[in-house]
Amino acid sequence: MKYAYYPGCSLECSSAAYDRSVKAVAEVLGIELVEIDDWNCCGATEYFTQDELVASAVIARNLAIVDRQFDQLVAPCAACYLNLKKTDKLMAENAPMNAKINEALAAGGLQYKAGTIRVRHLLDVICTDLGEAAVKDKVVRPLAGLRVAPYYGCQVVRPLNGFDDPEYPMKMDDLFKWLGAEVIHYPVKAHCCGGHLTQISEPQAFELIRRLLQGAVDYQADLILCMCPMCQLNLDAYQGRVSSFFGTKFRVPIIFFTQLLGVAFGLDPNRLGFGKELVAAKPVLQEKLGALEAEAK
Amino acid sequence: MVTQLGQRRGSAFLAEVIEATPGGERIVHCLQCGSCGGSCPNGADMQHTPRTLFAMINADRREAVLAANTMWFCVSCYLCTVRCPQNIPITEIMYALKRISIREKKYKGTDGPALARTFTKLVEKYGRSFEFGLASKFYFLNKPLAMLKMGPMGLSLFIRGRMSLKPTKIRQLDQLHAIIAKAREIGGAS
Repeated sequence: MKYAYYPGCSLECSSAAYDRSVKAVAEVLGIELVEIDDWNCCGATEYFTQDELVASAVIARNLAIVDRQFDQLVAPCAACYLNLKKTDKLMAENAPMNAKINEALAAGGLQYKAGTIRVRHLLDVICTDLGEAAVKDKVVRPLAGLRVAPYYGCQVVRPLNGFDDPEYPMKMDDLFKWLGAEVIHYPVKAHCCGGHLTQISEPQAFELIRRLLQGAVDYQADLILCMCPMCQLNLDAYQGRVSSFFGTKFRVPIIFFTQLLGVAFGLDPNRLGFGKELVAAKPVLQEKLGALEAEAK
Repeated sequence: MVTQLGQRRGSAFLAEVIEATPGGERIVHCLQCGSCGGSCPNGADMQHTPRTLFAMINADRREAVLAANTMWFCVSCYLCTVRCPQNIPITEIMYALKRISIREKKYKGTDGPALARTFTKLVEKYGRSFEFGLASKFYFLNKPLAMLKMGPMGLSLFIRGRMSLKPTKIRQLDQLHAIIAKAREIGGAS
């Protein structure tokens, strides 16, 4: 199975652990990801705040430069995933905008026909295109005894996803049950992490982060699994400041779902980007699953 | 047709909002049920919830709407959008209101526009987002004191190799610039 790969800016550095673990587990599962040559930023939410057409044209450039051999694209970051999907849909449904976006693309010698590329999330690819048997077949280290909080965030499950429930999604729950983990009931699993509010309205952002951390603590999760770089950054990097703000003592490791998937596949934790999180995840993994390096292939 | 919808209701601003939002014509179907404000994670901090804002748009209260903090507390989580029984693209309407508010400098007491401007300027310079550049420039220009609080976190990220001091540039920056320039040229004000 071959897919075009759009890593997105966060995966280059601040969420390098996501990029590494995505590539590592994809290799084990036989999913070939080919990075789009010279992709540009999706603009996150910031371009849409300023100019709808520029935002859409900037995003559409990425769809337009995908090599013709691909009809599907994988984007692990929630914002990238949504923006690419949203733009493809806009071009399909809104003829005047489609014409304008293509006119802008033409200035760069490009064009894009809506519907040419199907934008996918890796979670969807793993659960839908591969499924339970294919995943279970690769498990080297079952995750029995580990309690995980599956955190989906917003922009993968809403508003366009089509592969899971927009308010109480279950695909990541299913995946980690296949791997033997105890997946907690996590009522806030698709609540907002605050997004860029950590930059512009700290008290509000901190409250949203607090709810997510407290939810994991209340249900005795050992760690929270993320599928978005912004969620991971907000919950992990701001955890100390959130604790100071509320007088709590949170120490909840926040990792990407692909990192734990890699552990279940017996991969070396260093290949999966462990150690980059601010609240260390290895101690609890070692406590619950035993030495990680020893069995690594 | 769009303008007619707004005019029929006697609100020029309604017509303007519809024009500025893809799928925005659904706004006329608002039932004033309040699912949006009740679902919003930041609803309690909004001066007016989206429901109220839509009533104000209907009443042509342009200035008050554009000065509201509502859209600046919208983080695009889309919960209101998926819950709206009338399928109004509420998050997209928030974006449209942000755009008009920025264009006419009507916003008050928010760093949202500065963040958006700093972010997109960097993207236009390099073709990719540059997190260190964004954080340092945004905080330095808008809230230098907050930099002190951010320092330790930034350092922790840097030590773990999660903060690069150097941006990555795409090769075909000229192409991206040509696309952006053309989009600005044909897009007009929206």
